[in-house]
Parts: sequence; structure tokens; C-alpha cells
Amino acid sequence: MGEIEEALFMQSNILTLCYLIASVTFILGLKMLSNPASARKGNLLAAFGMSIAILGTIFLYTSETGEQLGNYPWIFGGLLIGGIVGTLAAKKVKMTAMPEMVSLFNGMGGACAALISIVEFNHLSKEIAEGAVSANAVQPTVLIIVLGLIIGSVSFAGSMIAWGKLNGKVKDLSFTGQNILNLLVLAITLAAGAYLVYDPTQHLLVYIILGLALVYGVFFVMPIGGADMPVVISLLNSFTGVAAACGGFLYNNKVMLTGGILVGAAGTLLTILMCKAMNRSLQNVLIGSFGGHKSAAGASGKDQSAYKEISLADAAMVMSYANKVMIVPGYGLAVAQAQHVCHELEKILEEKGVEVKYAIHPVAGRMPGHMNVLLAEADVSYEKLMEMEDANDEFKTCDVVLILGANDVVNPAAKNDPASPIYGMPILEVEQAKTVIVNKRSMKPGYAGIENDLFFQPKTSMLFGDAKKVLQDLCAEVKNSPS
Amino acid sequence: MENILNFISNNQQIIYIVILMIFVGIEVIGRVPSVLHTPLMSGANAIHGVVVIGAIIIMGKAETDNYLALILGFLAVVLGTINVVGGFVVTDRMLEMFKKKKAP
Repeated sequence: MGEIEEALFMQSNILTLCYLIASVTFILGLKMLSNPASARKGNLLAAFGMSIAILGTIFLYTSETGEQLGNYPWIFGGLLIGGIVGTLAAKKVKMTAMPEMVSLFNGMGGACAALISIVEFNHLSKEIAEGAVSANAVQPTVLIIVLGLIIGSVSFAGSMIAWGKLNGKVKDLSFTGQNILNLLVLAITLAAGAYLVYDPTQHLLVYIILGLALVYGVFFVMPIGGADMPVVISLLNSFTGVAAACGGFLYNNKVMLTGGILVGAAGTLLTILMCKAMNRSLQNVLIGSFGGHKSAAGASGKDQSAYKEISLADAAMVMSYANKVMIVPGYGLAVAQAQHVCHELEKILEEKGVEVKYAIHPVAGRMPGHMNVLLAEADVSYEKLMEMEDANDEFKTCDVVLILGANDVVNPAAKNDPASPIYGMPILEVEQAKTVIVNKRSMKPGYAGIENDLFFQPKTSMLFGDAKKVLQDLCAEVKNSPS
Repeated sequence: MENILNFISNNQQIIYIVILMIFVGIEVIGRVPSVLHTPLMSGANAIHGVVVIGAIIIMGKAETDNYLALILGFLAVVLGTINVVGGFVVTDRMLEMFKKKKAP
């Protein structure tokens, strides 16, 4: 063995070791991420492994023909720009906009996978045209390229729509026959993909597949209501994982494969866990779209004069004399950035001897755990956060339930009204408490677009206004009230 | 068909990895408390950014006169890096808040 070959051999062995280390950090990282005490270290560990894998690839990768990678200025330029944009975006984003951000980052990954497929296909079709490889021999490779392309594009387009929906730029859109149209687009996309695998010389087909997959991604997310967006993002997240794994197949690259499949599997499980939290099947979320019945349900609107309002002073009084107050945070709290002042109110009430707890619905806000993240930001202690089942056992012993901008997750229609689009979703059974105070900006329906009977019940009073403003005023009132 | 069978036996290692990783993925997050769902999703999101390695490879292999490959590859590296870096930073930001209050 010549010296140069030996050096190359050594080099590729070191790269293998780098990939091995990275793969192990990904698994350990995910494992540590599922435990509060080690989560942050787990994330850093995975990031460390990722850096090793990336640097190793740049400096140690050699192709089958023994060539090093070139184009370093382009590579480092890309890493630099991507690194700066990614860091700034992640640092600047508000805690409330976190779900959108995750969706956006996910879309970037999907687009990356789709681009890889296109470049690789072009490369391959040039080789076929030159007669370097036979069209038959590359069929399996084309299959993987096509899979990566379709999954990556759907993930990209879907994530962009999910991002738009979460920040309110894209409205739900649905019409009759949409499911059939969607299935049709999917079928055509897959058929085009299959044809390209059958005859890889049809090189223009790759752009048609790209276009179709993008359209399908848009159509796929478009009719799904905002309440279901967490499930969709989680699903698209696992899609991107699978698309990354396709890249791993393509380059026989173990770390891409490990990372991609790991996320694909974990993401799918997470999606199912979320669906379970809402007591719905994945199929129901994707096909029996929530948002689709919005207009019908909204139009049957009730007589809105039947609710009663409560003044700030009265609300403060009721709460200061309560033994136990349960706070139910929702998206309204997140939008108003009211988590800090909410914690403030909690402390003031506790000083007055009132027991304060938080009831967290698994899908409150825009993502599972969204409320936990926000309240954690405001230093609310873990022990005060109650999960849904525990909270439902405790509502009977509560004097006051304070609902801050939550709506669908406390809607009794989910239990009582089989015709309701949210029927069957587990809810926080707040009506078991003695008094319910609801803070909302207006009587407008929540994300699922349906009326909430809770607001018209005799024990419920409405406290209108922006969550942050109302909580600040409440704090002042409670402080001043005698005890 | 023969192609596919050949492909399977030529790539058995990879196929074994895929199958084992599916189980590892499910096993590893099976007991995650719902408090950590958002950071976990975000962390997983950063990990699939490993796709950027594929982008680096196509970028590094592209002939210097193949502008389409250079531009698409460059775009792929940028997008993939945003996914990785943004994903890890955002996850760290979320978890930073959890950590502070771990002290009793």
C-alpha cells in the first residue's frame, strides 16, 4: 500500500470514528432530553456530536475514488451564513413564537434534503447520458433520491404553511372534496416518482415531482385547523428525519442514517402521544380536519347576551378570599407575554395564604409543553404545574378557577356535544370548581372556531381585556384588598 | 425485482441500522413527561439537521463549472446549517429556563 493510500485509509477510519461518536451523542442526547434534570446537557451533547460530524465530513471525507472534497470557500461561506442566520433567528425569537420557529427550522431541513436529491439526480442523469452507468443499475439509487425529494419537499411546503398559520399569516382553507383532491395529488406525485424510478432517463420529471410534492405539502396542511398544528409539526419533523435518512442511504453515511431514522421514529411516537393527549387518531386529525367545519359551527352562534361580566375589584376580592385558586393558562397568556405578571399574581396571592396552582392542558398554547416553557421562563416552580388528569381531580376543591386566554381546552362541548368538532378531546373540567373567572380579549371563539358554553354558565364570569393588563390590575387590586 | 433484492443484500448493514434505530428512537423518548414535549421536538428537529452533511458532500464534490450544482448545493448548506444551529440554540434557550428553577 502506497503512502498516499495509507493516509487516505487512515483518514476515512478517523471519519468513521467521528460518525460513530456523533451517532452515540444523538442517541444519548435524545435520551437526556427526555429528563428535566439532564435535558440541557443532552442538547449540548448532541450539538457537540453534530459539530464533530460536520467538521469530520469537511476535512476527512473521501469519495470512492479517493478524492477529497473541494469548494471549501463555498462550504464555509454556507456554514457561516447559515450559522449566523440560525443563531440570530433563534436568539431573537420571542418565547411565544417558539412553535413557529421550530416549524420554520424544520422546513429548512426538508428543503435541504430536497435540494440534495435534485443535485444528486442531475449528477446521475448526466452519468447515464454519458453512458457511464446503465439506467437499470441506478434504479435503487433513483428510488431513494425520489423518496428524499418527495418527503423533503412535502416537509418544507407543509412546515411553511404551518409556520404561516401559527403566526396568523395563513388562514385555514377547506372546501368539499378537498380530501379527494389531496389524495389525488399524492397519488399523481407517487406515480410520477414511480415512473422516474422505472425510467431514470426522464430527467425533467424530477422537477415535475418537486412541484407536485410542494403542492401536496401545501394542500396537506392547508385544511388542518390551528388546534392541530402541534401534531402536524411533529409529524413533519419526523418526515424530515426520514428525508435525512434517505441522504444517509444515498451516501452510505451512517451518521445521517442514524440521526434521520432516530428522529423519524421518535417524531412519529411523539406525534402519536400528542394525538392521544387529544383523544383523537392521527387519521382523524389529518383527514377529518377540524377547521373545515368552522363556518357551520360558528354560524349556529348562541345568544351572546347571556354571559355576565365581573369587575376587577370583585375578581380580586373573590380570589383573595379563596382557599385555593387554579390558574388555567392558554394561548391568550402567551400572546400577551403575561407569564411574568401571572407569577407575580401567584406570589401575591400566596402571601395572603391562598394556595395557587396551574392546570396545564397538554395542548394548551400552540404546542405541547408550550405553557410549561413559558411559565418556567417566569420562574413558576415545577410543583405548581399540574397535568390534566391530576388537575381534573382537584378542580372540585378549588374555590376559583382563573382562565387566562384558554378556550377550546376548557370547552365542555368536548364532553357533552357529540356534534361538536372537538367532541372526544379530553378537557380541563373547570366547571367543577365553585367559581370560574374567564379572562379573554373578547367573546370571539377560540382556535377551533366554536362557541364555548362554559362562558354562559351561571358560575362563570367574564373579565375582558388583554391578559397582561388585566393581571397587572389584578395584582394591584389584590395587594390593596384587606385580608 | 432482481435489482431490489441485490440492493437489499448489498445494503444489509444499513437496513439493520434502520430497523434498530426505529426501536431505539421509540424506546429513548417513550417516557418523556409532557413538560418536555416542546424542547424534545425542538432538539429532535436540530438532530435531523444532520442532513447538512449530505449538503456538504454534494457541495464539495460539485465540479467548479457546474453552476447549478454549486448554487443548489450552497443553498442546501445554508438551509441545513440554519436547521442545525438554529435548532440547537432555540432548544438551549428553552431548556435554560427549566434549569434555573431546578434548585429547590
